[in-house]
Amino acid sequence: MEQNELRQWESRCIEEQAPWCAAACPLHVDARSLCARTAAGDWAGAWQVLLRTMPLPGVLGRICDAPCRERCKRGEAGEAIAIHLLERACVGHARPRRKPAPVPSKPQRIMVVGSGLSGLSAAGELARKGYQVTVHEPGESLAQGLREQYAAQVPDEALDLELDLLLKLKIKVETRAPVDEPGFLDRMLESCDGVFLSLDALDPEGWPLERGEDGRPVAAWPVQATAREGVFAGGLSGPDGFSPVWAAAQGRWGAASLDRWLQGVSPGAAREKDGPFETRLYISLKGVEPLPKVQPAEPEGYDDQEAIQEAGRCLQCHCLECVKVCPYLESFGAYPKKYAREIYNNQSIVMGARQANKLINSCSLCGLCETVCPEDFAMQDLCLTVRRDMVQKGKMPPSAHEFALLDMEFSLGQEFRLAKHQPGHEASAALFYPGCQLAASAPSQVRAVYGHLCASLQGGVGLMLACCGAPAFWAGQEAKLASALEAWRAGWEALGSPPLIMACSSCAEVFRRHLPEVEQRFLWEVLAETGMEIKAPANGPLAMHDPCTTRHHADIQQTVRGVVGRAGVELEELRLGRELTECCGYGGLMSTANPELAQEVITRRGGQSQRDYLAYCAVCRDRLAQVGKRALHALDLFFPVPGEEDPAARPSPGWSQRRENRARLKAELLRDLWGEEAPAMQAHRQVELLIAPEVAELMERRRILIEDIQKVIFEAEAQGNKLCHPQTGHFLASFRPYKAVFWVEYTPEGEGFRVHNAYAHRMKVKVGAKP
Amino acid sequence: MSMNTENIRPGDLEWTCCNCGRKLEPAPVVVEYLGNEFTAELPRCPSCGLVMITEELALGKMAEVEHILEDK
Ligand code: SF4
Ligand code: SF4
Ligand code: SF4
Ligand SMILES: [Zn+2]
Repeated sequence: MEQNELRQWESRCIEEQAPWCAAACPLHVDARSLCARTAAGDWAGAWQVLLRTMPLPGVLGRICDAPCRERCKRGEAGEAIAIHLLERACVGHARPRRKPAPVPSKPQRIMVVGSGLSGLSAAGELARKGYQVTVHEPGESLAQGLREQYAAQVPDEALDLELDLLLKLKIKVETRAPVDEPGFLDRMLESCDGVFLSLDALDPEGWPLERGEDGRPVAAWPVQATAREGVFAGGLSGPDGFSPVWAAAQGRWGAASLDRWLQGVSPGAAREKDGPFETRLYISLKGVEPLPKVQPAEPEGYDDQEAIQEAGRCLQCHCLECVKVCPYLESFGAYPKKYAREIYNNQSIVMGARQANKLINSCSLCGLCETVCPEDFAMQDLCLTVRRDMVQKGKMPPSAHEFALLDMEFSLGQEFRLAKHQPGHEASAALFYPGCQLAASAPSQVRAVYGHLCASLQGGVGLMLACCGAPAFWAGQEAKLASALEAWRAGWEALGSPPLIMACSSCAEVFRRHLPEVEQRFLWEVLAETGMEIKAPANGPLAMHDPCTTRHHADIQQTVRGVVGRAGVELEELRLGRELTECCGYGGLMSTANPELAQEVITRRGGQSQRDYLAYCAVCRDRLAQVGKRALHALDLFFPVPGEEDPAARPSPGWSQRRENRARLKAELLRDLWGEEAPAMQAHRQVELLIAPEVAELMERRRILIEDIQKVIFEAEAQGNKLCHPQTGHFLASFRPYKAVFWVEYTPEGEGFRVHNAYAHRMKVKVGAKP
Repeated sequence: MSMNTENIRPGDLEWTCCNCGRKLEPAPVVVEYLGNEFTAELPRCPSCGLVMITEELALGKMAEVEHILEDK
């Protein structure tokens, strides 16, 4: 990933944009945090929030006119948060002591004329930057006008404390400054390096300044420059007349401009974020109950309890729409903007650990995030792009997807692959393509469906068993995907390129993307047309689970509901269904790369309703069954397995069984329908095994197949390379059929072998490790 | 990265090689993953060199090291 691509990804996610309150505040006071701290009764924390951005908080916190309220999102669900009253409640508590930050020292001298809010705010800012600041006050004492004007709201002690803190910054004060004397401003300018005028406190008519239509000096925000070089001013009206917070903000902006000007930097450049700005932060108000403002019992403001209650009304505006619906995004503790950065860092690392590999490989590529995101952030595209890049650079951890890729190879190999016209036909008007996982899960239903199609459609229905290449697609293995698709296409073309009847929406999605010339329709549509009746009426209502690969195919979702509904089965919609459906944890190979997360995902999915689920993807159905959720496949309604009493409780076949089912399906179809013999079983497949249920369960968890064990024992027995334990009589042997080494502890029993234990690793003992 | 004698528990050396009939003994063995080689002390047949990797090692330290190497 290039830097500019990262920027594009990052800028798409607006989670880090300012909340509306902070964006609207001229000073960007973080009202969201203020509310959070206040709601928690953490007054010191609330103070810290104000101290970060508010000049003279002991004063401004009591008199702010809170223009932020107009944009507060709470206003769209009840009334805006009374942020000014919360500030007032906060500064009524003791101000936490702060160690004064060490101040650099600069030689330049700055004169601040007038000690209104803007002048004091500018003086503080400049003194903290190290300038030698003198405040010239025409009255008898510093901030005399401010004290008189706000006597009712601001107690003397609060103002005195703020002034004290300013004086601690070594600000000098000249009282009784002769500001009205002719030539005062010129003399000021001559005696120093820059001037700031606090026009909220004074505005002598004699000053030689350019004035606007209102008769006031011109100093546009946020640069605050007057027409005279080196003279900046604040304390002028805001957009809606005079406003204390605007005055204080103008002091801060003017100080920043002076600082830039003194350093020879353009004061006007990049000031967009000074003052209110537009924010793109999205906040969903869905389900937010409107609440009115808490009314203070006393006119002067909230007591603690009232403040806590009012702060509790704050929506804590965040987007996180995607994180709310995706356990994967939630489990890594952040949100897509951060993830994009982590992934970028992962990709640009030269030496050292790649921390984000798991993040990249755990996404199920289901696309729900993009659907719910107000900015269409597609985490699946980011993850897939990066997976491809990792594969290309040889940086993909081999263990991440290997198991699934081997399963794909199996489906593409001799034991499963099949492409034939209907017996007795030379051509196919249609081709049934059940997909590898339906065959792995319910081979007898594949056979039943095929029988039905052959009997009810004209012109010959061919059958094709293979793999569409989805695992390679999900793994970012483009070369493997290309060769799988090529093999697939060759088989399809050899049958005359017939239109497909699909049973798996993942296959359909892969073909749609990569083989758009293939015409396909869904089995459900065909079942509807052929007037297929429900054979096993279910005890509805059933909760409908759409596979994530149908997200953007409302037609498929509707067809399934139609066929099932027509037969009178009542359906219940899940909260996250149809376009918002969730992945079962198999998509994107999540279950291979991050089995724990995949387990959590399907468990949560299963918990969305108490009802039995109705799925129409074999993998979804089986994964629900794996976590103990009762679930039917739609085919269970139309093609019940003879003798099966309670199909919703049918356990999911394990990994080995899924292979066995495929191999047997092919062999039996070949024999029964086409009168052909299946290719002979390889010698090691004939090793007979005895496996206790707990060992089978352990193999399943460790993803060790029966065939892996057969290979180990076959080799060990043929070559004699095995260990034995004198007490137990157990043998221990290993074999490395691919990049993993399998170990099996076993004993001969009857014609076969009893398996006691099995485990695997990937590290290889170097050949030639002879003594 | 170390994979030394701590990997061997006394019980491990009770296993014998079926080819040679000899008890396993600790010996330095070179193991490799993704182009990285390490020498580890592992139980081995002193005559034919057959090496044993125990379940504990395979699923413990070895898995850990494999993981680190895969993320490098
Ligand atoms: S609801 Fe809270 S976070 Fe949202 S805009 Fe209002 S004060 Fe800010
Ligand atoms: S799992 Fe699905 S919703 Fe979650 S990030 Fe990946 S594609 Fe998006
Ligand atoms: S939905 Fe997610 S990705 Fe989209 S803006 Fe919100 S936090 Fe960012
Ligand atoms: Zn030996």
